[in-house]
Amino acid sequence: MTDNGGQTVRKLWTPFNVIVGIILAVGGVLTLMRFTQGIGAVTNLDNNNPWGVWIGFDLLCGVALAAGGYVTSAACYIFGLKRYHSAVRPAILTAFLGYALVVLALHYDVGRPWRLPYPIFVSQGTSSLLFEVGLCVFLYLTVLFIEFTPAAFEWLGLKKIRAVVVKLTLILTIFGVVLSTLHQSSLGALFMIAPSKLHPLWYSNYLPVYFFISSMFAGMSMVIFESTLAHRYLSRHMDDTHHRQAFGVAMGFAKAAAFVMVGYLSVKLVGIAIDGHWQYLTTGWGMWYLVEVIGCVALPAVLFAMGVREKNLKFVRWAAAWTVFGIVLNRLNISMIAFNYHLPSDQRYFPSIMEIGTSVFIVTLGIVIYRFVTTRMPVLHEHPDYPAH
Amino acid sequence: MNTLFFTLHDFMVHTKGVTYLIMGGILVALPLFWWFLTERDDEN
Repeated sequence: MTDNGGQTVRKLWTPFNVIVGIILAVGGVLTLMRFTQGIGAVTNLDNNNPWGVWIGFDLLCGVALAAGGYVTSAACYIFGLKRYHSAVRPAILTAFLGYALVVLALHYDVGRPWRLPYPIFVSQGTSSLLFEVGLCVFLYLTVLFIEFTPAAFEWLGLKKIRAVVVKLTLILTIFGVVLSTLHQSSLGALFMIAPSKLHPLWYSNYLPVYFFISSMFAGMSMVIFESTLAHRYLSRHMDDTHHRQAFGVAMGFAKAAAFVMVGYLSVKLVGIAIDGHWQYLTTGWGMWYLVEVIGCVALPAVLFAMGVREKNLKFVRWAAAWTVFGIVLNRLNISMIAFNYHLPSDQRYFPSIMEIGTSVFIVTLGIVIYRFVTTRMPVLHEHPDYPAH
Repeated sequence: MNTLFFTLHDFMVHTKGVTYLIMGGILVALPLFWWFLTERDDEN
């Protein structure tokens, strides 16, 4: 084998590639099992728990953490904060992949993928929140795809069509914000149908408001978190503008996230007060609720604020990762942990290893596609032939 | 905390009263937090 050939072999057999290869292979087997033997073969779902980790994690967390797309593009194109421009494309890409994987994960849960267009084009359930969520995700995924195409067109050298799409930027951004407002809140509203199943500390008439507000700081934190990882592992694909703006992006988003988080805590407090649910706070569930609200919202908000005051990037990055964890915990609490809280433990849901494996497979797929795109297309750097729009 | 209510009206007077007090506190706390966040902006 030649040196070049040897180099290629060495590059292929990196620890990252080996681990990813194993996960994708196992995911492929699980996918085959799911779609040939049915949902019962790979999940612990039952009539008490029809929604599991694929909805609680892949869908709810995926949508919340993909909110960086609308938050960043709104900051840049609607509020005119051009100093965040370098963060727009990575955020749009993450959002697009996030939503695309949400739809993929939904296939595992719902089955019969060829029926995907039915709720939109064949049998619309216009009185259902799920219809609204489905329609918004369908439209927003299309918007995100179009918003991302300039990067692909620059890569492919399609100047004319790229110029046309760039002119649509503002209208697409407005459309994206409207759609996100609708479906982020509707995902919370879905759980309002189950007041007797969801623990009173998590159940509230304000659930749609909680979901929407938390999606804002989830998106901002995800942009900072993703930027941290990109700087660590994909730094060689970044240009000077990206490196130069990274600190300002992190500080600006941290400041906004901290303030929105305090606003979120305020609304949560009002929610507890208006429902008169103070007595639950002293129970075991109350302790768990406080772990989520104080431990994973209030404390990271303080860390964000300290990071902004001290101009300490490390504080901000840790706070972002902590907030992302907090959002995941919140969505899992609402959809799984505090859901059906009254059932005896033997009837409670815990995901099977195959469900978790499928979720890991889907997240890994997202990471691989993100890496593939960012190492080829102008996402973390600007194409020299095209000025920033 | 475990106040006993006999009518919905009693319950709502109580919870709304507490909510208004909390909202008053929030009106004071949020600008203070904003001040804490941005206090050093001019220095830089």
